[in-house]
Amino acid sequence: MSAADGTSVQERTDKLEGLGCKRKRVEDARFTQGKGKYVDDMKLPGMVFGDFVRSPYGHARIKKIDKSKALALPGVKAVLTADDLKPLNLHYMPTLAGDVQAVLAVDKVLFQGQEVAFVVATDRYIAADAVELIEVEYEDLPCVIDPLKAMDKDAPVLRHDLEGKTEGAHGARRHHNHIFTWEVGDAAATDKALGSAEVVAKEFLSYQRVHPCPLETCGCVASMDKINSHLTVWGTFQAPHAVRTVASLISGIPEHKIRIVSPDIGGGFGNKVGVYPGYICSIVASIVLGVPVKWIEDRIENLTATAFARDYHMTGEIAATKDGRITALKCHVVADHGAFDACADPTKFPAGFFNICTGSYDIPTAFLSVDGVYTNKAPGGVAYRCSFRVTEASYFIERMIDVLARKLNMDPAEVRRKNFIRKEQFPYKSALGWEYDSGDYDTAFDKALAAVDYKGLRAEQKKNREDFAAGKTRSLMGIGIAFFTEIVGAGPVKNCDILGLGMFDSCEIRIHPTGSAIARLGTISQGQGHATTFAQILATEIGLPASMITVEEGDTDTAPYGLGTYGSRSTPVAGAATAMAGRKIRAKAQMIAAYLLEVHDSDLEWDVDRFQVKGAPDRFKTMQEIAFAAYNKAIPGIEPGLEAVSYYDPPNMTYPFGAYICVADIDVDTGVTAIRRFYALDDCGTRINPMIIEGQVHGGLTEALAIAMGQEIAYDENGNVSGGSLLDFFLPTAVETPAWETDFTVTPSPHHPIGAKGVGESPNVGGVSAFSNAVCDAFAHLGLTHTQMPHDHWRVWKTAQKLGLVE
Amino acid sequence: MAKMHVKMTVNGGEVEALAEPRTLLIHFLREQLSLTGPHVGCDTSHCGACTVDLDGKSVKSCTVFVAQANGASVTTIEGIANADGTLHVLQEMFREHHGLQCGFCTPGMITRAYRLLQENPNPTETEIRYGISGNLCRCTGYQNIVKAIRAAADQLSGKKEAAE
Amino acid sequence: MIPAAFDYHRPASLDDAVKLLAQYGDEARVVAGGHSLIPMMKLRLAQPGHLVDLQDIAALKGIKDTGAGFEIGAMTTQREIIQSAALTAACPILKEAAEQIADPQIRYCGTLGGNVANGDPGNDMPAIMLALDAVYLAKGPAGTRELKARDFYESAYATKLKEGEILTTIRIPKPPAGHGSAYVKQKRKIGDYATAAAAVVLTMSGGKCASAAVSLTNVGDTALFAAAAGAALVGSSLDQAAIDKAVQAAVGIAQPSKDTRGPVDFRKSVAGVMVRRAIEAAAKRAR
Repeated sequence: MSAADGTSVQERTDKLEGLGCKRKRVEDARFTQGKGKYVDDMKLPGMVFGDFVRSPYGHARIKKIDKSKALALPGVKAVLTADDLKPLNLHYMPTLAGDVQAVLAVDKVLFQGQEVAFVVATDRYIAADAVELIEVEYEDLPCVIDPLKAMDKDAPVLRHDLEGKTEGAHGARRHHNHIFTWEVGDAAATDKALGSAEVVAKEFLSYQRVHPCPLETCGCVASMDKINSHLTVWGTFQAPHAVRTVASLISGIPEHKIRIVSPDIGGGFGNKVGVYPGYICSIVASIVLGVPVKWIEDRIENLTATAFARDYHMTGEIAATKDGRITALKCHVVADHGAFDACADPTKFPAGFFNICTGSYDIPTAFLSVDGVYTNKAPGGVAYRCSFRVTEASYFIERMIDVLARKLNMDPAEVRRKNFIRKEQFPYKSALGWEYDSGDYDTAFDKALAAVDYKGLRAEQKKNREDFAAGKTRSLMGIGIAFFTEIVGAGPVKNCDILGLGMFDSCEIRIHPTGSAIARLGTISQGQGHATTFAQILATEIGLPASMITVEEGDTDTAPYGLGTYGSRSTPVAGAATAMAGRKIRAKAQMIAAYLLEVHDSDLEWDVDRFQVKGAPDRFKTMQEIAFAAYNKAIPGIEPGLEAVSYYDPPNMTYPFGAYICVADIDVDTGVTAIRRFYALDDCGTRINPMIIEGQVHGGLTEALAIAMGQEIAYDENGNVSGGSLLDFFLPTAVETPAWETDFTVTPSPHHPIGAKGVGESPNVGGVSAFSNAVCDAFAHLGLTHTQMPHDHWRVWKTAQKLGLVE
Repeated sequence: MAKMHVKMTVNGGEVEALAEPRTLLIHFLREQLSLTGPHVGCDTSHCGACTVDLDGKSVKSCTVFVAQANGASVTTIEGIANADGTLHVLQEMFREHHGLQCGFCTPGMITRAYRLLQENPNPTETEIRYGISGNLCRCTGYQNIVKAIRAAADQLSGKKEAAE
Repeated sequence: MIPAAFDYHRPASLDDAVKLLAQYGDEARVVAGGHSLIPMMKLRLAQPGHLVDLQDIAALKGIKDTGAGFEIGAMTTQREIIQSAALTAACPILKEAAEQIADPQIRYCGTLGGNVANGDPGNDMPAIMLALDAVYLAKGPAGTRELKARDFYESAYATKLKEGEILTTIRIPKPPAGHGSAYVKQKRKIGDYATAAAAVVLTMSGGKCASAAVSLTNVGDTALFAAAAGAALVGSSLDQAAIDKAVQAAVGIAQPSKDTRGPVDFRKSVAGVMVRRAIEAAAKRAR
């Protein structure tokens, strides 16, 4: 159908490059030419460099720090220790989890790599030289490394600063290394169901400590303008507004005198959510010295001192009927939080959203308890490319389903199908308290199984097992299934806050007279392509081409307050704010159009990029025309201008889901696992930009591969870190990474303005368990129910050895 | 220690400067020449974010002293575009095929791919994967990078781009 | 990760380089490709006061076919080895090994001389040199010495190279035409050192193994020459029993330490698998 101006609806829709368009990214022009602006690219007049002296010990008393030699080195401007910060009350900083963390070690060090002194010098080379010249005397103390032993009676006391503090941020502390206990669900009913069940499967699952390891490490430039008492900090911040508020609370500088800017960020994956000692020390040094101070950590510092992820040790019990209907689920977790509780979780959720651990299944009764403990390891506990602790939860339930399937001697696909929450059960209230918004699991699962010819794969596996038994091959085939449900888009202000800040998000739109626009958001892209996709959301909402809409994020002086980008919350929350702000624009535009067309506004209807008179499509005003009129016509009863702001408090989380199937071949003699095939079906609701979604899935699966098959930040009994550089910490190259197959179904979120659910983290959440299930499945016929990650060569070989397959 | 006089050709232009011999080439390029395209990702020569072209070889400039590069010819991402200012086909294809996300590995990746295609104008997928195996990417899972490089090879060799 | 300061020297001749080493003694280190030394310097595990860069010394470059063998200049890069058609035709294991070293960028810089001289048990080329029975030429103030690769390695980072000497040339005898060889390496990912790797060079005559050399990478203090493993193959038809015996002999001398690649029993076992696979591949390639 053609409009009066001769263009078809399709042509006009295409021109917008709105929802559903595989729009090319606007960010790429600068990145492909080396013109991105990352924090380490900044150069300010008079800028000096900070560097840390770090602890070589896991646990030790600091007897003496001698900085005289360093201070004597030409070019050294200052050396800060905890003693220098104490008078400012900045030697400890609040963490996101209601604990405190030493900015610089106070009296003792609690993990290898901990910040002990901060050196400031005219360039980074001199700073590094000065670090070598600082002499620290330590007295070694015994370490707590195994989290399962952290609460032993005779375990060393780690946090002397908390001595006598029996009440923590999340309730009573019952041991000097205890942080919190968090319980959800009905313990009595769950125990009863377990006691009377026909079948109970039990397993201990350890999810190792890993690290998000974005390619760009953390860093900042702090600049105190003493004349105007104005502090600006540029840095790798996934949540710039929250950093501003924290910086104001800590420093006493009024919030309006602080500007936080996140420039381009070279990947975050959760690593850049927290506040690190480097930021605080840079700010203090800039205040003291009156010049800009740059601090950029190196990779070893990044891996050993900034926020780790996972380190969850989970005991699961799952009860079922003989024919595979699950009747109850119980889970106990020991959560290793390291030396300080710096987890990045909403305040009321000390174990994040781990209580999504009933997964995609209709489980009538469940109980979860989580004990958080201190150990001599780096603090953190961030959501590494997942919503808060959802990867751990998904790994737990998807592994437990397979464990149950072995016990029942049923196909793991069959157990899943039997227990799915049915389409008609949504919105579904889970036993552990969540309300799942929408889902159609059976359709997605059927599509996935058909796509890989699941029956055929099982037949092939049967043959492979016969051949292996007959000595014809030394390779075992494993098929791993995961059917995950994510919980993202934190979150409703009624129950989600961080440091008391409700987890809404925001968008402010200004339409310019000539029909272009700028949208500013409280989020910050770290590669997700917000400048591209948020413009698409807006293009569809307001009828201006995406190419005419600038999206700006990351500068607290210009952006409306927002809680930032992590936990796949940008599309569910800020994306919704964008749509809602766009709708406010459109509502005003309708009144302007009505005036221009001399009709009542209820006589108008929206059509792609214009308001037209109902029944008379040749009478219309395009959004571009309306924009000009907004600034040019004196319209009775309507303010000039065309702007809107929306703060969006989501009514619920969104619940993306997906079906992943992994086919792996294991060489039992070497422990080498080859990923033959990986199929990923994602349902993230409405799809804004399929090209970007696919890219997110590829990336998330690759990170899942890395975690499942090799990543580990390990500590020896003396607290020494191994896996602290990219020689050992497994980041797969293009050679180890297989080609990914992607697919989708679309089940929109009923409560999100455009039905989108978020996707960036699903592939990590679903991927890890799919890989792990494939490895366990390869040995299942030999009696294996579970083997711990990471499934690197030696651990797989050890598994084969225990099963008697190798000597 | 004394600074030394360094002279090299960078992106086609002569550069002279004083620098400590220990200055890493990546720091010399980024801080003294303000060529901030190549990045530091790992410090241990594993990630390739600092990749530049040095006398016709792809090298990791975090593991080269400026003194070693004295007299050499260096090309960074800033020098990859065509002489007329238009983008190099690789730069276009990375955008076309969504071969980048956060952009941090991209300069090194494109600079490496540039040399790879000079040496092997018609690489197979496997050859591309091995060819870029000194460059880590945390965002893309490489799939679209491989696709972009293959597409660039097709364009450079005059073949028609395969329809999507 | 910033190295400590040093003075930089770039001699134009081998004699000048040797003089510099004599002048600065243990303060001086030579740098070839730099990809072993510079990371150590950035971690400040090495802090030479004087760095002697060998890149301008023409005498250290090039691959010369002497008929009986090759004389390869120490500064020849891994990439140049991979690209040398003559080397690959006569001695394909060199290319096969070079391609498994680190990654493309590092192979442009990394040199054969650096790889064999610094005594890192994780380096791949020493095992190849052991299998090929290579000879290293070392020049010092007292002149040039010949050192057999099989006698060269003492312990981790300790070799027969004396202070003040520069390894200048690698002399490799051509294995007989029709020989079979293989280098099989298990690693966690591109850029990693071997969990274990094995090199095998063998010849066949009338269906029997006429000669065999077996060596191992990264399962001991140095690369290991498994003489008994080679001896176990000679005279056999490379039947399973002989291969089993060779594997057993090779694993018998492996003394890997536990590291992030795995525990001792695993790394020993992998060494055995690598040896087995290398023998089988070499046997297939032999004529």
